[in-house]
Amino acid sequence: MTDYHDPLSKAAKDFLAEAEEILDQLSGDILSLGDSVGKEECDPDTVNSIFRSAHSLKGLAGMFGFGEIAELSHHLESLLDYLRLGKIELSEYTLVVLFDAVEVLGSLVRSVSSEAGGQADLAPVLDRITACISGASVASAALSPADLGVSAKILQSLTEYEEHRLKENIARGKILCLIHASYSLDTFDRELGELIDLLKGSGEVISTLPSAEEGFENSIGFDILFGASQEPHELYSLLDQKGASYLRLGGSPAVQVVPAEEKLVPPKQEGSGETAVAEGDAVPLTARSMSHSMRVDISKLDDLMNIVGELILFHGTVASISEKMRGQGFSGLAVELGKTAKGMERKLNELQKRVMDVRMVPIGQLFEKMSRIVRKISREQDKLIELKLSGSDTELDKMIVEDIADPLMHIIRNSIDHGIETPGERRAAGKDERGAIRLSSYQKGSHVVIEVEDDGRGIDPDKIVRKALELGLIESDAGLSQKDVLDILFLPGFSTAAEVSDISGRGVGMDVVKNNIAAASGTVEIESRLGEGSRVIITLPITLAIIKALLVETSGRSYGIPITSVRETLSLEDVEICTVERKEVMQLRESTLPLLRLEKFFNCATCDELSENSYVVVVGEKNRRVGIMVNDLLGQQDIVIKSLGDTFKGVRGVAGAADLGNQRTILILDVSGIVSETTKGGA
Amino acid sequence: MKKILITEDSSATRSFLAATIEAMEGYEVVEATSGFEALRLLPREQVDLIITDINMPDINGLELISYVRNNPNYRAIPLFIISTESSEKDRERGLALGANEYLVKPFQPERLQELILAYLG
Repeated sequence: MTDYHDPLSKAAKDFLAEAEEILDQLSGDILSLGDSVGKEECDPDTVNSIFRSAHSLKGLAGMFGFGEIAELSHHLESLLDYLRLGKIELSEYTLVVLFDAVEVLGSLVRSVSSEAGGQADLAPVLDRITACISGASVASAALSPADLGVSAKILQSLTEYEEHRLKENIARGKILCLIHASYSLDTFDRELGELIDLLKGSGEVISTLPSAEEGFENSIGFDILFGASQEPHELYSLLDQKGASYLRLGGSPAVQVVPAEEKLVPPKQEGSGETAVAEGDAVPLTARSMSHSMRVDISKLDDLMNIVGELILFHGTVASISEKMRGQGFSGLAVELGKTAKGMERKLNELQKRVMDVRMVPIGQLFEKMSRIVRKISREQDKLIELKLSGSDTELDKMIVEDIADPLMHIIRNSIDHGIETPGERRAAGKDERGAIRLSSYQKGSHVVIEVEDDGRGIDPDKIVRKALELGLIESDAGLSQKDVLDILFLPGFSTAAEVSDISGRGVGMDVVKNNIAAASGTVEIESRLGEGSRVIITLPITLAIIKALLVETSGRSYGIPITSVRETLSLEDVEICTVERKEVMQLRESTLPLLRLEKFFNCATCDELSENSYVVVVGEKNRRVGIMVNDLLGQQDIVIKSLGDTFKGVRGVAGAADLGNQRTILILDVSGIVSETTKGGA
Repeated sequence: MKKILITEDSSATRSFLAATIEAMEGYEVVEATSGFEALRLLPREQVDLIITDINMPDINGLELISYVRNNPNYRAIPLFIISTESSEKDRERGLALGANEYLVKPFQPERLQELILAYLG
C-alpha cells in the first residue's frame, strides 16, 4: 500500500488539499455560529455543516491513517452531534472549545506537509470537549411525527439528525408542509436547487426524498419535508407557479391529513413543453463533477500573466510595423494591419483583465483568520473584544493577500495589546466594557484600503516623544505635528512595548510592518485620538502584476521607478545643492535630503554631467526620502515587472526588469532598498 | 466489465475507494460527488453495485437507498453503506431500508474487495 505519511506521496497531497478545504469551511462556519451564542436557536444548517465538516475530516484522516487528526475530529464530531441533536446548548465556552479544536486540527494538518511531523498534546483539548458533552441532557420525546401524518416512507429514510430536526420543528410549533415536485431527470438538480433556495427563505428544509414517478421514465419526484416559521401564504402561490404541490401537515384541525401519495398531482412531464429539453438518451454520458471551481497553483497564474505581458509587447511591435509601412508607401496594407492591431489591442486588454480577475480573492478569507487571532489573544489577556468585519467581499490579488497577512496580524495584535483596555479600565473611563475592533476593507480607485480601528485608549503623543528622545531617534520635539509624532512609530528601533504592555515584545516593530506593506507596494498610516482609539490605514494596489512607472534616463540608460514611490520631481535648477560630510544633499522646504546618482549607486563606468535641464526625482516616505538626480524624464508607462531570476536576486536597488516593447528592457528600481542603503549611517 | 457506482462527497475517500476497486480485475468505477449526481447517473449507467456514504449535502444516503429500493429498475442492485462508527443508528436504518452490507471507516481495502467479490464475483 501507498505510504500516506510520505510528504511527497500523491495520497498525502490529496489528503492535504481536501483537509485544508474542510478546515477553511469549518472556521468560516464556526465564525458565523459565533453570532448566535446565547440566542434561543442557532442556525441548524450552520451547525449541521460544521458537523459534516468534522465528520468528513474524521473519515478522511482515518482512511489515510492520520490517527491524531482522526481522534480529534472524532471528538469534535461527537460534540457537534450533541449540539445539532439539541442535547447541549451553544455557550460561549463551547464556541471557544470549537475554535481551539479547529486551531489544533489546523496545526496537525500543517504538520503533515512538513518534514518535522510535529507532535501535539491532544489531551487538553480532548478533555475540554468531553467537559462540554458531559452536561448533555437526553432529548425529551416530542409529539410523534407519525401522528402528524408524515408517511412511514419518509420517516424511515430520515437520518437521526433529520429526525431530530423534524421533532424540533414540531416542538417549536412550526408549520409542517409536505411539498411534492416533479422534474425531468436531466434538469432536476438545477430546478430542485431553485425550489429549495426559495423554501429556505421562509423556513427549514428537513428532508428531500426522491421517488420514481411511475409511468414517466425520464422524471423524478421529490417529497420535501418543510418546516415554516409562519403560515407561508406567499410561498403557496410561488409553489403553484413552480408546479409544485403542497400539503399542510398536522396541527390545525381545518386541514385534513391525507397520505401524501394519494393527494399529490400527477407528475408534470418536463421537456414536453415548447422549450424542448433533450431526452435522456440524447444526453452524452458524463462523469463530470458538479463542482464548478478548482484549485490552481498561483505560479501558473503568474506564468499566464507573463505571457499576456509578452503578447502586449508583441502587439506594440505589430503596431509600430504598421506605422513604418505607412511611411514606406504601403498605405493600404498599413491601414489594414493598423486596424487588426487595434482589434488585437482590445482583445489583449480584455485578456489581461480576465487573467487579473482570476488572481483576485475576497479579503474575507484573511479576515476570518484575523478573527481567530482576536478571539485567542483577547482570551489570553482577559479582554472583552468584539471584532466587527465589513467589506469582506472586497477583492485583492492573492499574492498581496498573502503578503499582508503577517503585517495585518501584527497591527491587530498591537490594537489588542496596547489599544483596548481591560474591562475594569474601560468601565472606569465610562466606556462599554466590551471593546471593539473594526476591520474593514473597501476599494478606492485602483487601490484597496484596509482599516483597523479600535475604540481603545489611543496613542499618547507625549509618551512617544519622550521615548524617541530617550532612544535618540529625534533631537527635539520642536515643531512636531501630531502626524509627525505618529510617524515616529514607524522608525526602526522604536518600540513602546516595554512601557505599555509586557505582553507583546515579539521583536517586531512597526517599521517591519511598514516595510512588509511597502514590499507589496502599499502604504500605512496611523491616526489616533487619546482616550478614544486609533486607526491604522493600509492602502494597497489591487494587483501587483502591472504597475505604473516613471521612466527616467541618465547617462544613456533608462530606469523605471514605481510611481507609488515617487513623491515629486523638480527641475535641477530649482534645487539648492550643498555638501555635508563630502556627501551631496539638497534642501527641500524644511528638510535636508541625501542626493544620489544612479550611475554611482550601480558603479557604472560612465557618468554624464548634469545640466540645468536635468531633474531630481524625490522618492521614499516622509522621514526617509532621497533625491535621485537624472538627465531626463521620459514619461509614465504601465509595465509588467519581471523577476531577474535567482542569479541576480541579491542585487541591491533593483526590483526587477520590464520590457518596454521595441526590444528595450529596463531595470525597475527597488526604491525602499535604495533609500535604506543611502540613509544608512547618515541622515 | 462490472460497473460500480460510488456516491461520496469527499474526493479523497472517493479516490481511495476507486483505487481499491480498480486494483481488481474486471471492475470499473463511476463516481458521483453527491446524491443528486447519483440520481442522474443511475438511469444512464448500467450499474451492478452501489456504494454510498450517508452524510451528503443534498440528499442523504438513506434517501438514496429508499429511492433505489422503491424503483423497479434498480431494486435488485446490491448496495453497500460506507459509514463511521458514530453513525450506528443511521447505519441500522440503512440496512432496514434494504442496504446489503456496511463498511465502517477506516477499513482495510481488502475487506471491500472481498465484499465486492461476494456479490459480483
